[in-house]
Amino acid sequence: MFRRQFLSLALAGTLAATLAAGGSAPVSAADEKFIIVQSTTSTQNSGLFDHLLPIFKDKTGIEVRVVAVGTGQAIRNAANGDGDVLFVHARPAEEKFVAAGDGVKRHDVMYNDFVIVGPPSDPAGIAGSSDVVDALTRIAAAKAPFASRGDDSGTNKAELRLWKEAGIDIGAASGDWYRETGSGMGATLNTGTGMGAYIMTDRATWIAFGNKGDYTIAVEGDNRMFNQYGIILVNAEKHSNVKSELGQTFVDWVISEEGQAAIANYKVDGQQLFFPNAPAGS
Amino acid sequence: MQDFATTLWNAVGLILLGDADLIEIIALSLRVTLSAVVIACLIGLPLGALVGAFRFPGRGVVTVLLNALMGLPPVVVGLVVYLMLSAAGPLGPLRLLYTPTAMIIAQTILVTPIVAALTRQVIEDLHSEYAEQFASLGVGPLDRVAALLWDARYSLLTVALAGFGRAVAEVGAVIIVGGNINHVTRVMTTTIALETSKGNLELALALGVVLLAIAVIVNAAVMALRASAVRSAYA
Repeated sequence: MFRRQFLSLALAGTLAATLAAGGSAPVSAADEKFIIVQSTTSTQNSGLFDHLLPIFKDKTGIEVRVVAVGTGQAIRNAANGDGDVLFVHARPAEEKFVAAGDGVKRHDVMYNDFVIVGPPSDPAGIAGSSDVVDALTRIAAAKAPFASRGDDSGTNKAELRLWKEAGIDIGAASGDWYRETGSGMGATLNTGTGMGAYIMTDRATWIAFGNKGDYTIAVEGDNRMFNQYGIILVNAEKHSNVKSELGQTFVDWVISEEGQAAIANYKVDGQQLFFPNAPAGS
Repeated sequence: MQDFATTLWNAVGLILLGDADLIEIIALSLRVTLSAVVIACLIGLPLGALVGAFRFPGRGVVTVLLNALMGLPPVVVGLVVYLMLSAAGPLGPLRLLYTPTAMIIAQTILVTPIVAALTRQVIEDLHSEYAEQFASLGVGPLDRVAALLWDARYSLLTVALAGFGRAVAEVGAVIIVGGNINHVTRVMTTTIALETSKGNLELALALGVVLLAIAVIVNAAVMALRASAVRSAYA
């Protein structure tokens, strides 16, 4: 008797599992036209993909699934073959990715710029500056708190390059006034604004960010804070599961006149977030 | 900054009005979590019962291992499952990465030790009560396990709920293997993480309250089921 009841219990459980797995399933991966794009938090958090992807899907019927992580992680994921297209912002790392045979070809897509945001008290006295190296030198001299991504992302790589240019050894200050959060842009903004630190962020994320508090942009307009985005089709010769045709369609559209116009049209609070600069006719 | 009460009210309003996106996210959360809990129970209940009811060499080690695995860090589980399912990994050809199935696998790994370890304790306690009776009636091993599981069913319901609690609140593993892809693998916890990173703290918190409410509803439903089962058993 025990056994019979137990069996019926197990049967009910299995049935429930089947229902749970099958019921309300909006997705059946097998028969849908979709690609996976490894990209960065800045493009997703700013809302750019929510604007672009429906336009692309309407035109081609291809669904784009975005995995938004730091540029470093996105490149590693793509190098494992876990994505059809890579859409990030760290040119040297992107070129290395192509040179290693993981990517087919790199295309410029668009740019925006980095800014340094800070608290109204402005402890390093850098508000209004457009010389980023001078600003970083002042931050270091004042030992004013600075929150870094510390996560090998595109923004992090750009920030480290600027510290190097300023000749400052931030390794020695880590844990003191230089604080590495090891998280995404949004999380770092949340943490940094909470501790009254300066933070370098891409402008798009900053404009779309919902928890600015009393922070404002302190440093902007330096050519060295230029932030270029690139797009690369993952190489099917090395990663056989890559959907080359669908991926190439997406790459071609993003750098086409139509895709570039769609990028330029994306605005938050009336401000354009990304500036398309794919070479014409590419 | 929008005030919290307004945001929470808006979030509840989205559900009541049947906002398609939010309903989809909640449905996927429940689908992933409940599937993982059911599979974990199918593995963990018999496993825990076997370890709890029988003596065998190495039993102490198995018990310690099961208990220790209750503390598996979700991020590590996510990473291991990612490496297995990645196109470069051994299970890459299955193409499961960035699908709900991958999320169910990761959560099953997280929940199974909890179910097994707690079941072992429940069954072991009950077995010490029943051992003499079993011996005098000459009950076979399989019937013993079945009888113990059946008689402990109400305690085991709480065990399953502990597993549910772990899975439904977990973000570290599902965000790595699911990728938090909109309309595909986005669940409540990854949405909360995303909204937090966008600086939409009120919305994130409101979604957290909604998640909590869902957990309360599931627990209440299970308890109501249990109460009616108890009533019919004595009717």
